[in-house]
Amino acid sequence: MRGAVAAVAVGQTDHVSRRLDVGIPEMVREAVDRCLETRDLTFADVDALVLGNMEMFEGVNLVEHWLVDALGAAGKPVWKLNNGGTVGASTAIAAYYLIASGFHRRVLCVGFEKQSEGSAQSSITTVGDPIWERAVMAGAIGNFAAMTSVYVNESGVTAEQAARVAVKARRNACLNPHAQLKMPDLTVEDVLASDMLAYPVRKLDFCPSSDGACAVLFAAEDLAASLAPKPAWIHAAVTAHDQQYMGDSPKRLAEMRSLIEARRKGYAFAGIEDPVRDFDVAEIYEPATYAELAMYECLGFCEQGGGGRFIDAGVPELDGALPVNPSGGVLSANPVGATALIRVGEAAMQVMNEAGEHQIPNVRTALATGYGGNAWTDLLILRTEKP
Amino acid sequence: MIDEPLRLKQQVTLEYRFAAGEYASRFFRTLKEEQRFLARRCPNGHVLLPPRPVCGLCNVATADWVEVGPRATLGGYTVVYVPFTDPMTGEGRPVPYGFGLIRFDGCDTSVYHLVDETDPHRLRIGLPVEPVWRDASERKGTFADIRHFRPLYEEDA
Repeated sequence: MRGAVAAVAVGQTDHVSRRLDVGIPEMVREAVDRCLETRDLTFADVDALVLGNMEMFEGVNLVEHWLVDALGAAGKPVWKLNNGGTVGASTAIAAYYLIASGFHRRVLCVGFEKQSEGSAQSSITTVGDPIWERAVMAGAIGNFAAMTSVYVNESGVTAEQAARVAVKARRNACLNPHAQLKMPDLTVEDVLASDMLAYPVRKLDFCPSSDGACAVLFAAEDLAASLAPKPAWIHAAVTAHDQQYMGDSPKRLAEMRSLIEARRKGYAFAGIEDPVRDFDVAEIYEPATYAELAMYECLGFCEQGGGGRFIDAGVPELDGALPVNPSGGVLSANPVGATALIRVGEAAMQVMNEAGEHQIPNVRTALATGYGGNAWTDLLILRTEKP
Repeated sequence: MIDEPLRLKQQVTLEYRFAAGEYASRFFRTLKEEQRFLARRCPNGHVLLPPRPVCGLCNVATADWVEVGPRATLGGYTVVYVPFTDPMTGEGRPVPYGFGLIRFDGCDTSVYHLVDETDPHRLRIGLPVEPVWRDASERKGTFADIRHFRPLYEEDA
């Protein structure tokens, strides 16, 4: 019998394009302090840590060692994960395993990226297989745009429908003090007039590059209620991989194998039958507008090919039946190593009724996902009720 | 709070030598010397490029080599306008350029490559394409031995 696990505290930095006033350890420490301060806790209240980062972006390896002071980790077990965009959510899943197994009772997850310190587009080349893929790469944007053409061809979604996702994200971001791209007056026309990066993806269709960190504390069943007034209990924590090469899945974005597999398992664990009815809010890892539309479909929020109509109907808006990314999402801040942990943290804040201005009323069940270049998906379901 | 925080500039240049291994060595030697494409087939009939020891659709060992292409179709496409540093040369690749998923005839997977077209409205999924090879003296045994894929508009149904 597994023990129950809950998220009990969340802290974030303000996410910005260039954070020049702090070094990496100071930025990480800021998120850790903010997390612990919400419950009047100290380093002494943390038993073990899981750190997430994409080391290639800053070119600093062994970050779990260089950040021992920032994490308050000396003398404690520390694990580092380094698995791409999913990494933040993977730290949360690791914390779940560490606590559910009975080995640890209070685990602090920390994710960070300081993308302004390196060259994101060039260093992302190193995620390509050196033998097979690097000779003809086009960076994250070219790769993503080619996948988008497949999704557009399959689903018939329009540039206007994608632009609506961008408008939703940047307007929601205005209610989130930590978001980077706050654009209260953004219109569909503005998005359609922004620079074409790689057809059909425009600048405002894509996530920004960010500096930022996030920390989330998880606790065992016997401690959670004393640490948080309303713990966010984990009901599903699953992860799934796709095949390895970029061109392996013929309909890559239209049918995300790893997301569909994670959905199938996660929904079964948590008893989700009708996601629009059963979820009160979702925080999903959408690297671009078209990806969010495709994810509506792969997550079963609507029928295959219905992503465009789903946003046309207003379902994922703040006042819709299933608000998606009330925080402003990845389109409004993307410090990669923190991004998926921010999704989990924001979902937990919604369940804990602590999301502030972007709080959705009466949240009982929340979904969070992490996305790793279409190759890897993490999915967590959090609830007010203990499992 | 300090008034003018320091920023320290560093440049790290590292060199790597990757062993290509059995499958890639055979594939790229054949590519360079014979301009032919060799894929691996699994017992359930999936034909996989890059060739590999295990089929990711079935999780079983692949069984034999089969030739695919050189004719192919576009499985997905874009035209890139944003500047990008070519990882193999360290230089900026001139924009715009076409880029797409190339699906060789007889193959169940695709590989990314450059496409000789800068007007995205002329491209479509399913468009026939063929490889344009570099001269023999320029070929090094990598996918860059193919300059790009040329759309065959005249054969497009």
